[in-house]
Amino acid sequence: MSGIPHDHYEPKTNAEKWLDSRLPIVGLIYNTIMIPTPKNLNWWWIWGIVLAFCLVLQLATGIILAMHYTPHVDMAFASIEHIMRDVNGGHMIRYVHMNGASLFFFAVYIHIFRGLFYGSYKAPREITWIVGMLIYLAMMATGFLGYVLPWGQMSFWGATVITGLFGAIPFIGEPLQTWLLGGPAVDNATLNRFFSLHYLLPFVIAALVVVHIWAFHTTGNNNPTGVEVRRGSKDEVKKDTLPFWPYFVIKDLVGLAIVLVIFFAVVGFMPNYFGHPDNYIEANALATPAHIVPEWYYLPFYAILRAFTSDVWVVMFASWITGGIVDAKFFGVLAMFGAIFVMALVPWLDTSRVRSGRFRPQFKWWFYLLVIDFVVLMWCGAMPAEPPYSIISLIGATYWFAYFLVILPILGLIEKPTTPPATIEEDFNAHYSKPAE
Amino acid sequence: MLKKLSIAAIAALSLSAGSAMAAGGESHIHDVDFSFEGPFGKFDQMQLQRGLQVYTEVCSACHGMRYVPLRTLGDAGGPQLPEDQVIAYAAQFDIYDAEKDEDVPRSPANFFPMGGDPAAPDLSLMAKARAGFHGPQGTGINQMVKGMGGPEYIVSILTGYTGEEKEEAGTTFYENTAFPGGWIAMAPPLYGEDVEYADGHSTDLHHEAEDVSAFLMWAAEPKMMARKQAGFVGVLMLTLLASLLYLTNKKLWAPIKGKKFEG
Repeated sequence: MSGIPHDHYEPKTNAEKWLDSRLPIVGLIYNTIMIPTPKNLNWWWIWGIVLAFCLVLQLATGIILAMHYTPHVDMAFASIEHIMRDVNGGHMIRYVHMNGASLFFFAVYIHIFRGLFYGSYKAPREITWIVGMLIYLAMMATGFLGYVLPWGQMSFWGATVITGLFGAIPFIGEPLQTWLLGGPAVDNATLNRFFSLHYLLPFVIAALVVVHIWAFHTTGNNNPTGVEVRRGSKDEVKKDTLPFWPYFVIKDLVGLAIVLVIFFAVVGFMPNYFGHPDNYIEANALATPAHIVPEWYYLPFYAILRAFTSDVWVVMFASWITGGIVDAKFFGVLAMFGAIFVMALVPWLDTSRVRSGRFRPQFKWWFYLLVIDFVVLMWCGAMPAEPPYSIISLIGATYWFAYFLVILPILGLIEKPTTPPATIEEDFNAHYSKPAE
Repeated sequence: MLKKLSIAAIAALSLSAGSAMAAGGESHIHDVDFSFEGPFGKFDQMQLQRGLQVYTEVCSACHGMRYVPLRTLGDAGGPQLPEDQVIAYAAQFDIYDAEKDEDVPRSPANFFPMGGDPAAPDLSLMAKARAGFHGPQGTGINQMVKGMGGPEYIVSILTGYTGEEKEEAGTTFYENTAFPGGWIAMAPPLYGEDVEYADGHSTDLHHEAEDVSAFLMWAAEPKMMARKQAGFVGVLMLTLLASLLYLTNKKLWAPIKGKKFEG
């Protein structure tokens, strides 16, 4: 499985040989967890394990919740209260699941920005990156579907607004929206299919995660220097790497345990902090909440969606050139999905030959600005769509696109990178010395 | 990179957390120091019983609590009424029995009844369905310190009437400093000395309002104390686990890293 030469599993006993000749599953597991891993990985590399844990946590708690939940408009809200009040440990399971979604997205954002800084998306890891983006999209869909299930006010109105985005597509929009909802408006048919899909998508994510891991096990991990592991011989590999088990498993578990301390404090002491109080009011098609706000993890892209109003010149230009087919609403939808699409294309937009941001003096600052931009957009997404937030959103959205479409392509051509170390071993030994034997 | 991104991440987390709370108009919610706030906070059983009394004698005329099972009045961590009192309390409300085709007294297995006024919102989750605190800048970070402010919102509504009234389309509205928009359809429900407490506790308006708000917080989150305890066990066990893993990791890597260079 791995492209890096290393010791493979050899069946020794007769029983092992018997199994291995029929199903080489032990070898598969061995090769997966013994993958040679660059020994200079820093703490930004723990989030993959956190994410894998989140997926398992959400599946485990979600399957239990599904045993007690009723996907019907008249009973969904009450069944959540049944879980909170009557089911043994139900309140903890639900709060873990609710906040587990937040942890999942918190981790995925760090994981994505780590990849963006250290150039993990660059050749030969483009497939890992693209599959990662697909996982992220599937997570967004799953999170959105799940938020509808409690059938509170934000569930209902969030579903109305988000499915309305599909309605903005010219010509096919309205029939498409009706098809998605199973009717003219968000109703029982919507709730039923959302429940079904919310149960399905996590397994799609699990399958994509296998592909994601498969892909980077073929190319090997990136590392903070962006320098590739030497592959001339097993000895060379051993100088640059350590096996994933036990060195990185234990290290990642340290990180995971610390993250979980904070997670459990949130679940135990402020479980509704990331939620919206309106979702404790049962859905009511006749009462629209004052502000419809999506969950925090969608806010940056929600801000981009709302940034392009009809008085922005690009929107006016797009509308004029398409004869009004692309209006402000559709433009916003295109911008929102476009913002994720340009991120998925980053392997081909970044022209720099140096992989890691550590050796790119100018890139660093543009990257930090992108992180700040992301936070500012998140804040704007929660604010009402009015000045000054609309203008800040527009500036933020513009920078997001400029970073991927203009800055990265040009920067790679004009920037003078510093010299990365020749090998991973050299980088590692610059920080640590061998012990006195 | 590490430090800068950490700061950004923490900022992102705390910003976004309360961001959802940006909703809502200008209203004045004052902070109340409830016994159940903070990681160590507990419900005050006597206060919950007083609040139940205010709810029963005043609020329940219009409002219902359809999601709260009557039997939970006897649960530990709540008002914890003795079993005979729970049965007697439940029996004062009727419920339609389809088999007998007549109204029969409720049993503890039933829920609180719906309210008498269909326009009056259900109070089962009211203390979680409102947030009193949104600041600063709509980020909601101060919720870390003050809590969401649901019970504070209820106290502020109950004590926020100015005495002004106005008629609009045949409905009377009452000016209220805590209500978004400033005018509420609910007539002032409490004036002080509306009930007589068995424990001799003061029945001025503020005390009654705080008692019933505490009770409604319990009604909305009856497992709060169990949850906090689970939180403590979780945090302690995971801290222990993290420490042991840290030491394991240190020992595991020591021969690889050797002594760290200076600088």
